[in-house]
Amino acid sequence: MEKLIIAGKEFGSRLFLGTGKFNSNQTMEEAILASGTEMVTVAMKRIELENKEDDMLKHIVHPHIQLLPNTSGVRTAEEAVFAAQMAREAFGTNWLKLEIHPDPRYLLPDSTETLKATEELVKLGFVVLPYCQADPTLCKRLEEAGAATVMPLAAPIGTNKGLQTRDFLRIIIEESNVPVVVDAGIGAPSHAAEAMEMGAAACLVNTAIAVAGNPVEMAVAFKEAVVAGRRAYEAGLGIQAENLEASASSPLTAFLND
Amino acid sequence: MKILVNNKETELTEGNTIADLTRQLELPAQGVAVALHNRMVPRTQWEEQTLKEGDSLVIIKAACGG
Repeated sequence: MEKLIIAGKEFGSRLFLGTGKFNSNQTMEEAILASGTEMVTVAMKRIELENKEDDMLKHIVHPHIQLLPNTSGVRTAEEAVFAAQMAREAFGTNWLKLEIHPDPRYLLPDSTETLKATEELVKLGFVVLPYCQADPTLCKRLEEAGAATVMPLAAPIGTNKGLQTRDFLRIIIEESNVPVVVDAGIGAPSHAAEAMEMGAAACLVNTAIAVAGNPVEMAVAFKEAVVAGRRAYEAGLGIQAENLEASASSPLTAFLND
Repeated sequence: MKILVNNKETELTEGNTIADLTRQLELPAQGVAVALHNRMVPRTQWEEQTLKEGDSLVIIKAACGG
Protein backbone atom coordinates (compact mmCIF):
# COMPACT_ATOMS: atom_id res chain seq x y z
CA MET A 1 0.00 0.00 0.00
CA GLU A 2 1.05 3.53 -0.65
CA LYS A 3 2.20 5.42 2.42
CA LEU A 4 0.14 8.35 3.51
CA ILE A 5 2.10 11.59 3.55
CA ILE A 6 0.82 14.70 5.29
CA ALA A 7 2.92 17.84 5.40
CA GLY A 8 5.97 15.75 4.50
CA LYS A 9 5.44 13.25 7.31
CA GLU A 10 4.86 9.60 6.47
CA PHE A 11 2.15 7.52 8.14
CA GLY A 12 1.97 3.73 8.05
CA SER A 13 -1.70 3.69 9.04
CA ARG A 14 -4.62 5.43 7.38
CA LEU A 15 -6.81 5.20 10.45
CA PHE A 16 -6.83 8.15 12.85
CA LEU A 17 -8.40 7.80 16.26
CA GLY A 18 -10.23 10.19 18.53
CA THR A 19 -9.93 9.74 22.28
CA GLY A 20 -13.40 10.78 23.47
CA LYS A 21 -16.10 8.65 25.07
CA PHE A 22 -14.00 5.65 26.16
CA ASN A 23 -15.02 4.05 29.45
CA SER A 24 -11.49 4.24 30.80
CA ASN A 25 -8.09 5.55 29.80
CA GLN A 26 -6.83 1.98 29.93
CA THR A 27 -9.34 0.78 27.34
CA MET A 28 -8.58 3.84 25.23
CA GLU A 29 -4.88 3.05 25.22
CA GLU A 30 -5.48 -0.61 24.35
CA ALA A 31 -7.77 0.41 21.48
CA ILE A 32 -5.24 2.92 20.17
CA LEU A 33 -2.46 0.33 20.17
CA ALA A 34 -4.69 -2.38 18.67
CA SER A 35 -5.81 -0.07 15.86
CA GLY A 36 -2.27 0.47 14.61
CA THR A 37 -3.00 4.18 14.31
CA GLU A 38 -0.21 6.71 14.12
CA MET A 39 -2.39 9.80 14.61
CA VAL A 40 -4.49 10.43 17.70
CA THR A 41 -6.53 13.47 18.62
CA VAL A 42 -6.41 15.15 21.99
CA ALA A 43 -8.59 17.92 23.37
CA MET A 44 -7.88 20.55 26.00
CA LYS A 45 -9.81 21.59 29.05
CA ARG A 46 -9.35 24.04 31.89
CA ILE A 47 -7.83 22.40 34.94
CA GLU A 48 -10.04 22.01 37.99
CA LEU A 49 -8.02 22.93 41.04
CA GLU A 50 -9.55 20.35 43.38
CA ASN A 51 -9.77 17.51 40.88
CA LYS A 52 -6.56 15.52 40.45
CA GLU A 53 -7.79 12.95 37.94
CA ASP A 54 -5.70 10.48 35.95
CA ASP A 55 -3.54 12.21 33.35
CA MET A 56 -4.89 10.94 30.00
CA LEU A 57 -1.87 12.12 28.06
CA LYS A 58 0.41 9.38 29.33
CA HIS A 59 -1.97 6.84 27.77
CA ILE A 60 -1.63 8.25 24.27
CA VAL A 61 1.99 9.35 24.10
CA HIS A 62 3.90 6.68 22.21
CA PRO A 63 6.91 7.17 19.95
CA HIS A 64 5.03 6.14 16.81
CA ILE A 65 2.00 8.33 17.44
CA GLN A 66 1.55 11.88 16.16
CA LEU A 67 -0.58 13.84 18.59
CA LEU A 68 -3.25 15.90 16.90
CA PRO A 69 -4.57 18.49 19.35
CA ASN A 70 -8.01 19.81 18.50
CA THR A 71 -9.58 23.17 19.11
CA SER A 72 -12.87 21.77 20.33
CA GLY A 73 -14.87 24.32 22.27
CA VAL A 74 -13.90 27.40 20.26
CA ARG A 75 -16.56 29.39 18.41
CA THR A 76 -14.52 31.87 16.34
CA ALA A 77 -11.29 32.07 14.36
CA GLU A 78 -9.84 34.33 17.04
CA GLU A 79 -10.53 31.78 19.77
CA ALA A 80 -9.10 29.06 17.53
CA VAL A 81 -5.79 30.90 17.17
CA PHE A 82 -5.58 31.25 20.97
CA ALA A 83 -6.41 27.55 21.44
CA ALA A 84 -3.83 26.60 18.81
CA GLN A 85 -1.10 28.53 20.61
CA MET A 86 -2.05 26.87 23.90
CA ALA A 87 -2.04 23.45 22.22
CA ARG A 88 1.37 23.99 20.62
CA GLU A 89 2.78 24.89 24.00
CA ALA A 90 1.06 22.08 25.89
CA PHE A 91 1.78 19.25 23.49
CA GLY A 92 4.94 20.41 21.76
CA THR A 93 3.52 20.00 18.27
CA ASN A 94 2.41 22.45 15.61
CA TRP A 95 -0.09 19.94 14.21
CA LEU A 96 -3.66 20.96 14.76
CA LYS A 97 -7.12 19.63 14.12
CA LEU A 98 -8.97 22.86 13.56
CA GLU A 99 -12.59 22.60 14.58
CA ILE A 100 -14.82 25.59 15.05
CA HIS A 101 -18.39 24.76 15.92
CA PRO A 102 -20.43 27.49 17.58
CA ASP A 103 -23.54 25.33 17.91
CA PRO A 104 -23.14 22.71 20.65
CA ARG A 105 -26.28 20.83 19.58
CA TYR A 106 -24.99 19.58 16.23
CA LEU A 107 -21.30 20.55 16.42
CA LEU A 108 -21.36 21.50 12.75
CA PRO A 109 -18.28 23.39 11.63
CA ASP A 110 -18.53 27.09 10.86
CA SER A 111 -17.14 27.36 7.34
CA THR A 112 -16.42 31.10 7.36
CA GLU A 113 -14.50 31.03 10.63
CA THR A 114 -12.72 27.78 9.70
CA LEU A 115 -11.38 29.30 6.48
CA LYS A 116 -10.33 32.49 8.26
CA ALA A 117 -8.59 30.55 11.03
CA THR A 118 -6.83 28.27 8.54
CA GLU A 119 -5.36 31.28 6.74
CA GLU A 120 -4.09 32.77 10.02
CA LEU A 121 -2.78 29.53 11.51
CA VAL A 122 -0.86 28.55 8.37
CA LYS A 123 0.88 31.94 8.53
CA LEU A 124 1.75 31.20 12.16
CA GLY A 125 3.45 27.96 11.14
CA PHE A 126 0.80 25.42 12.11
CA VAL A 127 0.10 22.22 10.21
CA VAL A 128 -3.64 22.68 9.91
CA LEU A 129 -6.08 19.80 9.44
CA PRO A 130 -9.49 21.45 9.33
CA TYR A 131 -12.69 19.59 10.18
CA CYS A 132 -15.16 20.96 7.68
CA GLN A 133 -18.42 20.58 5.85
CA ALA A 134 -18.41 18.21 2.89
CA ASP A 135 -18.42 21.23 0.61
CA PRO A 136 -16.12 20.86 -2.42
CA THR A 137 -15.80 24.63 -2.90
CA LEU A 138 -14.87 25.19 0.72
CA CYS A 139 -12.36 22.33 0.60
CA LYS A 140 -10.70 23.96 -2.40
CA ARG A 141 -10.51 27.25 -0.49
CA LEU A 142 -9.00 25.52 2.54
CA GLU A 143 -6.43 23.85 0.32
CA GLU A 144 -5.52 27.20 -1.25
CA ALA A 145 -5.19 28.66 2.24
CA GLY A 146 -2.53 26.07 3.00
CA ALA A 147 -4.44 23.37 4.88
CA ALA A 148 -2.38 20.16 5.13
CA THR A 149 -5.49 18.05 4.62
CA VAL A 150 -9.19 18.61 4.46
CA MET A 151 -11.41 16.65 6.85
CA PRO A 152 -14.97 16.71 5.57
CA LEU A 153 -17.70 15.13 7.63
CA ALA A 154 -19.50 12.00 6.50
CA ALA A 155 -22.53 12.64 8.72
CA PRO A 156 -23.29 14.70 11.83
CA ILE A 157 -20.64 13.95 14.42
CA GLY A 158 -21.29 11.05 16.77
CA THR A 159 -24.29 9.77 14.80
CA ASN A 160 -22.66 6.64 13.33
CA LYS A 161 -24.78 7.15 10.20
CA GLY A 162 -22.05 6.51 7.65
CA LEU A 163 -21.36 8.32 4.40
CA GLN A 164 -24.42 10.56 4.19
CA THR A 165 -22.38 13.09 2.20
CA ARG A 166 -21.14 10.41 -0.22
CA ASP A 167 -21.61 12.35 -3.47
CA PHE A 168 -19.87 15.43 -2.11
CA LEU A 169 -17.02 13.35 -0.70
CA ARG A 170 -16.50 11.89 -4.17
CA ILE A 171 -16.19 15.35 -5.68
CA ILE A 172 -13.85 16.50 -2.91
CA ILE A 173 -11.63 13.44 -3.36
CA GLU A 174 -11.56 13.95 -7.13
CA GLU A 175 -10.64 17.63 -6.93
CA SER A 176 -8.36 17.72 -3.90
CA ASN A 177 -4.59 18.02 -4.08
CA VAL A 178 -4.20 17.43 -0.35
CA PRO A 179 -5.16 14.23 1.51
CA VAL A 180 -8.88 13.93 2.21
CA VAL A 181 -9.57 12.54 5.66
CA VAL A 182 -13.17 11.54 6.22
CA ASP A 183 -14.10 12.65 9.71
CA ALA A 184 -17.29 12.38 11.75
CA GLY A 185 -20.23 10.06 11.31
CA ILE A 186 -18.34 6.87 10.40
CA GLY A 187 -20.19 4.28 12.45
CA ALA A 188 -19.06 0.89 11.16
CA PRO A 189 -15.99 -0.64 9.56
CA SER A 190 -17.98 -0.97 6.31
CA HIS A 191 -18.41 2.82 6.23
CA ALA A 192 -14.68 3.30 6.62
CA ALA A 193 -13.97 0.70 3.95
CA GLU A 194 -16.35 2.47 1.57
CA ALA A 195 -14.67 5.82 2.16
CA MET A 196 -11.29 4.27 1.48
CA GLU A 197 -12.55 2.50 -1.66
CA MET A 198 -13.68 5.90 -2.90
CA GLY A 199 -10.12 7.15 -2.55
CA ALA A 200 -10.16 8.89 0.80
CA ALA A 201 -6.63 9.19 2.16
CA ALA A 202 -7.64 8.27 5.70
CA CYS A 203 -10.56 8.03 8.13
CA LEU A 204 -10.87 9.55 11.56
CA VAL A 205 -12.95 7.41 13.88
CA ASN A 206 -13.89 7.96 17.50
CA THR A 207 -17.42 7.20 18.68
CA ALA A 208 -17.84 3.98 16.71
CA ILE A 209 -14.82 2.47 18.46
CA ALA A 210 -15.19 4.09 21.87
CA VAL A 211 -18.81 3.06 22.47
CA ALA A 212 -18.54 -0.42 20.93
CA GLY A 213 -19.27 -3.45 23.09
CA ASN A 214 -15.59 -4.29 22.83
CA PRO A 215 -13.65 -1.18 21.79
CA VAL A 216 -10.35 -3.01 21.35
CA GLU A 217 -11.84 -5.59 18.97
CA MET A 218 -13.68 -2.81 17.13
CA ALA A 219 -10.40 -0.94 16.73
CA VAL A 220 -8.95 -4.01 15.03
CA ALA A 221 -12.05 -4.29 12.81
CA PHE A 222 -11.60 -0.67 11.69
CA LYS A 223 -7.90 -1.22 11.10
CA GLU A 224 -8.67 -4.14 8.79
CA ALA A 225 -11.50 -2.29 7.04
CA VAL A 226 -9.32 0.71 6.29
CA VAL A 227 -6.58 -1.52 4.93
CA ALA A 228 -9.07 -3.51 2.82
CA GLY A 229 -10.70 -0.35 1.47
CA ARG A 230 -7.39 1.21 0.56
CA ARG A 231 -6.11 -1.97 -1.08
CA ALA A 232 -9.30 -2.14 -3.14
CA TYR A 233 -8.90 1.48 -4.22
CA GLU A 234 -5.30 0.96 -5.26
CA ALA A 235 -6.18 -2.30 -7.02
CA GLY A 236 -8.83 -0.50 -9.07
CA LEU A 237 -12.47 -1.43 -8.47
CA GLY A 238 -14.54 -2.91 -11.26
CA ILE A 239 -17.03 -0.47 -12.71
CA GLN A 240 -20.62 -0.93 -11.51
CA ALA A 241 -23.00 -1.96 -14.28
CA GLU A 242 -25.64 0.55 -15.35
CA ASN A 243 -28.33 -2.11 -15.71
CA LEU A 244 -29.13 -5.32 -13.88
CA GLU A 245 -28.28 -7.80 -16.63
CA ALA A 246 -25.98 -10.58 -15.50
CA SER A 247 -22.45 -10.76 -16.74
CA ALA A 248 -21.26 -14.29 -16.17
CA SER A 249 -18.00 -14.94 -14.43
CA SER A 250 -18.11 -18.65 -15.36
CA PRO A 251 -18.18 -19.98 -18.90
CA LEU A 252 -21.72 -20.55 -20.13
CA THR A 253 -20.79 -23.22 -22.62
CA ALA A 254 -22.90 -26.25 -21.77
CA PHE A 255 -21.06 -29.23 -20.37
CA LEU A 256 -24.00 -31.29 -19.01
CA ASN A 257 -25.87 -31.32 -22.28
CA ASP A 258 -24.82 -31.13 -25.85
CA MET B 1 -2.27 37.87 47.37
CA LYS B 2 -5.20 36.66 45.35
CA ILE B 3 -5.12 35.74 41.69
CA LEU B 4 -7.69 34.12 39.42
CA VAL B 5 -6.99 30.68 37.97
CA ASN B 6 -9.65 29.68 35.48
CA ASN B 7 -11.92 32.28 37.08
CA LYS B 8 -11.41 30.81 40.55
CA GLU B 9 -9.78 32.83 43.32
CA THR B 10 -6.47 31.31 44.35
CA GLU B 11 -4.06 32.37 47.11
CA LEU B 12 -0.45 32.84 46.04
CA THR B 13 2.61 34.18 47.86
CA GLU B 14 3.56 37.73 46.90
CA GLY B 15 6.25 37.79 44.19
CA ASN B 16 5.69 34.21 43.09
CA THR B 17 6.11 33.28 39.44
CA ILE B 18 4.04 31.13 37.07
CA ALA B 19 6.52 28.34 37.72
CA ASP B 20 5.85 28.65 41.48
CA LEU B 21 2.13 28.47 40.82
CA THR B 22 2.41 25.34 38.65
CA ARG B 23 4.38 23.66 41.45
CA GLN B 24 1.81 24.75 44.05
CA LEU B 25 -0.98 23.29 41.91
CA GLU B 26 0.99 20.08 41.28
CA LEU B 27 0.30 20.24 37.56
CA PRO B 28 1.42 17.40 35.32
CA ALA B 29 4.87 17.87 33.77
CA GLN B 30 3.53 17.73 30.23
CA GLY B 31 0.34 18.64 28.45
CA VAL B 32 -0.18 21.94 30.24
CA ALA B 33 -0.32 25.50 28.90
CA VAL B 34 -0.76 28.79 30.71
CA ALA B 35 -2.15 32.10 29.53
CA LEU B 36 -1.92 35.35 31.45
CA HIS B 37 -4.71 37.79 30.62
CA ASN B 38 -5.56 35.64 27.59
CA ARG B 39 -2.03 35.64 26.16
CA MET B 40 -0.18 32.36 26.10
CA VAL B 41 3.02 32.42 28.16
CA PRO B 42 5.68 30.03 26.81
CA ARG B 43 7.02 27.54 29.33
CA THR B 44 10.48 29.07 28.95
CA GLN B 45 9.15 32.26 30.56
CA TRP B 46 7.41 30.63 33.52
CA GLU B 47 10.38 31.04 35.88
CA GLU B 48 10.71 34.79 35.33
CA GLN B 49 7.06 35.78 34.91
CA THR B 50 6.05 37.07 38.35
CA LEU B 51 2.39 37.38 39.18
CA LYS B 52 0.62 40.20 40.94
CA GLU B 53 -2.63 40.69 42.82
CA GLY B 54 -5.67 40.28 40.55
CA ASP B 55 -3.84 38.56 37.68
CA SER B 56 -6.10 36.28 35.70
CA LEU B 57 -4.72 33.04 34.31
CA VAL B 58 -6.10 30.31 32.12
CA ILE B 59 -4.48 26.93 32.62
CA ILE B 60 -5.39 24.05 30.36
CA LYS B 61 -4.43 20.42 30.24
CA ALA B 62 -4.97 17.43 27.99
CA ALA B 63 -8.44 15.94 27.80
CA CYS B 64 -10.08 13.15 25.88
CA GLY B 65 -11.73 14.26 22.66
CA GLY B 66 -12.22 13.41 19.00
